[in-house]
Amino acid sequence: MCRLFAMTSEEPQTPMMVIQALDVMREGHDGSGVGLFFTDLGGPFEQLNGAPILSGIFSNEGLKRLDRFMMDVGFMTKYKISIKIPKKPPAGVPRRDIYLVRAYEYPEDWEGLTDKEIQHRLLATRLQLRKMGEEKQDMIVFSFWPDVIMIKEIGDPITVAEYLQLDRSDLQARVMLAQGRQNTNYAINLYACHPFFIQGVATMTNGENTAFVPIREFLMSRGFPGYIGYQSDSEVFTHILHYSLYRLGLGIEWYKHVITPLQDEDLEDHPNGSFLKELKHCCRKMIIDGPNCIMGCLPDKTLFVVQDRKKLRPAVVGGKPGLYVISSEMCGLDAAVPDRDKSLDFQPMHLDTAIIRPDRQEVKICRQTEPLPPLH
Amino acid sequence: MSANGTIAPSSLSIKDLPWQVHWDRDRCTLCGRCTAVCPVHAIELDVFRQRLVETPLGLTREPSNVYTVHYGIRQKTDPAHACIGCAMCNLVCPNDCIMPYRSDEADKLRYHINRGGQPRRRGGRRNVPVGILDQIKFTRISMLTDPALDAGRHEFELRTLLGRVLPPEKNLELQRQQGWIPPVREIYPLMIGSMSFGALSPNMWEGLQMGVAYLNEELGMPVRMATGEGGCPPRLLRSRFLKYVILQIASGYFGWDEIIHALPEMKEDPCAVEIKYGQGAKPGDGGLLMWYKVNELIAAIRGVPPGVSLPSPATHQTKYSIEESVAKMIQSMYMAWGFRVPVYPKISGTSTALAVLNNLTRNPYAAALCIDGEDGGTGAAYNVSMDHMGYPIASNIRDCYLNLARLGMQNEIPLIAAGGVGKRGNLAANAAALIMLGASAVQISKYIMQAAAGCIGSESDRCNVCNVGLCPKGITSQDPRLYRRLDPEKVAERVVDVFLSFDTELKKIMAPLGRSTSLPIGMSDALGINDKAAAERLQISFVV
Ligand code: SF4
Ligand code: SF4
Repeated sequence: MCRLFAMTSEEPQTPMMVIQALDVMREGHDGSGVGLFFTDLGGPFEQLNGAPILSGIFSNEGLKRLDRFMMDVGFMTKYKISIKIPKKPPAGVPRRDIYLVRAYEYPEDWEGLTDKEIQHRLLATRLQLRKMGEEKQDMIVFSFWPDVIMIKEIGDPITVAEYLQLDRSDLQARVMLAQGRQNTNYAINLYACHPFFIQGVATMTNGENTAFVPIREFLMSRGFPGYIGYQSDSEVFTHILHYSLYRLGLGIEWYKHVITPLQDEDLEDHPNGSFLKELKHCCRKMIIDGPNCIMGCLPDKTLFVVQDRKKLRPAVVGGKPGLYVISSEMCGLDAAVPDRDKSLDFQPMHLDTAIIRPDRQEVKICRQTEPLPPLH
Repeated sequence: MSANGTIAPSSLSIKDLPWQVHWDRDRCTLCGRCTAVCPVHAIELDVFRQRLVETPLGLTREPSNVYTVHYGIRQKTDPAHACIGCAMCNLVCPNDCIMPYRSDEADKLRYHINRGGQPRRRGGRRNVPVGILDQIKFTRISMLTDPALDAGRHEFELRTLLGRVLPPEKNLELQRQQGWIPPVREIYPLMIGSMSFGALSPNMWEGLQMGVAYLNEELGMPVRMATGEGGCPPRLLRSRFLKYVILQIASGYFGWDEIIHALPEMKEDPCAVEIKYGQGAKPGDGGLLMWYKVNELIAAIRGVPPGVSLPSPATHQTKYSIEESVAKMIQSMYMAWGFRVPVYPKISGTSTALAVLNNLTRNPYAAALCIDGEDGGTGAAYNVSMDHMGYPIASNIRDCYLNLARLGMQNEIPLIAAGGVGKRGNLAANAAALIMLGASAVQISKYIMQAAAGCIGSESDRCNVCNVGLCPKGITSQDPRLYRRLDPEKVAERVVDVFLSFDTELKKIMAPLGRSTSLPIGMSDALGINDKAAAERLQISFVV
């Protein structure tokens, strides 16, 4: 079973913090891969003013194709970090040419476009690149979005981090998601590696999504270009969240009501019962059956964790104002924030969504049976 | 037959019949119960003459013939009285001395049963023993990253939706604007399909209704039962139990006066209204309640004179086309109950089911589509319809579901599958297979007759006299002498047994798949079949 770790901090942190936490939980993953998501970036990336950042892995040939393509669209490189990797990768890590993290200036003719249109075009560009990469096997693109960096690689987290020199000073973030992978289901494919990302929404998951096939069918039939891929059964969680935020206009408090609705008796007594009943009916295709623990980050940098209806996966939330952590295991939390008030640690159960807003002052527990905030 | 009797072309011997009644003279006490119970009068008390040759010891007298007479049971060979193999005679015999046996070769009766130019009509089943549903296996066992769920301990919510489900965007928008959202019921995925009050005996109907009420009110299982055409007893219409009932309207409109008149006095809305366009066991053919069964009670409820056959036309004759008919009828039924009751059509499984479904996708009111496959039983139909017409349910449901998925409307129009579910006794496995192929719910009728009332009809043409009101078990007869045999309380008890055990079995299937809170509708990745062609056709995996 994979191990997950997410943190949000007032002070920018180095990626080594989350890597070390994964390492403490090493017994829970087989080191077959690591996935990292950084946002609310610190260091030089903080100054980029909303410029989109492309992260991925490229071959030399792929990089040339990328440059040609981006030039044609009108993107100019604004900032990049160069990761100089040793010639020979450590055992278990495949040889790659380039790990790319590069920020771009928007094309001039994008000026004056609405936010929505820009978001749409960024997504379309990422999908286009992904498609090109799949054709020639020369690019793997994880994200293309302002203030977001993603790195995924096969191998043990610590080994990969040292190999990629992730302890560098220009790579820092206030919000990070990390997954130590236990490869089980499918052939190792970096697109199957968590966290998954779409338009500012990122999630990662533990466990197996038994309702995968019908949910995938439903999402793919929505006619939204980003709902593709699904090399992993967990990718649908990200897309369901995206769907409920963007298409249904529902906040994170509602997410659990979409994926694991209350049972009828509980709905009867719920203050928003009649609304929730309708929601349950029309969103029934997105009900998950677990066992899953989902951690994620919203476009506004809110962190959250939810459990499936049976709570068959571990997770603990803890920390102190200014630094909160969500971890698969207590030892990961202990390693990251040893000086917290442990009596405030919280293990979300089957009805809970734990939410840490971007102010990072508290962990808000939202029980599914409680009244919901008004819809706007 | 005496040596000089007439042998007509259609004179049959006992051997020519499908069933031969064996009777054991030594054990018979001549109580007469068998002849009294036989619904078709296949046997009669008769006189037999026997010659014995007596040779006294020591030859004191000459050997001589002795003629004795005894009484015994004789089987009739008149096709009208051919034994149907029901074995009621055996059931009532105190000494087990009588028993029907199936002929060791194909019978000749089938060539002679159309006397008077009347093709055979019968009730019962399709008489094809196997079906594809029994070959399907559940292959996706969740074990790789997780131990399977525990069917006995984890919480389960086995519910399905009946009613038009809007796409989430549309539903939320309407909620925000306080617009009309089609009514949706959360019900148990196994429903009792439509068998009308005329087709079933009052005891059977009462038993089923009592069972359903118990399941709902005592056990919290929202089981629903459809009425079939022919109305609903007035007291039920005005009772709180109406909410467990799906009222059917078919092309004969029998009993609808009564229902409409009861509208102002209804305490509860019915669960739904089902408009019948077709029946799987006789596609393109109307309903038929034969005159034998139209007694005064049935006649009164249906608003017809007693003792006349009641055929429903094959189509709704007041309507032009199915599209128009579906649209208009659905709308007027919605209107009748103030748009609070889901209304859906039922069609027979045919190659045109997809066309009907496509029509429904554009009709914002259509609440579901019930498809009845060829294996469905029926109250009365021509033998040739039952055995040779129709479309199997598995591929029909699959096509319809995949079509909805292509349109992005999967589960928005719930598909209800019927026809041959559990025909070999594997109810939960068959139902689960249909659900994973795309059905939102399944209906059973024949199964519940067999399980709850002991219908002895079989897939090898045993019994099947439901149409003429001679049901030996009292299930489908309107003659009190016959239906007194059936105790409604016991039927209710068995209905509850059936649903509870189905519930356990369904959980036993779903738990290893890792599903417990939502029905695995369309979860075709869980299915496998040892038949390449079938696997391809159904788009499930081929496993050997
Ligand atoms: S088996 Fe049924 S039909 Fe045949 S003789 Fe016995 S009671 Fe009559
Ligand atoms: S027992 Fe009754 S219901 Fe069953 S097949 Fe015979 S006549 Fe029909």
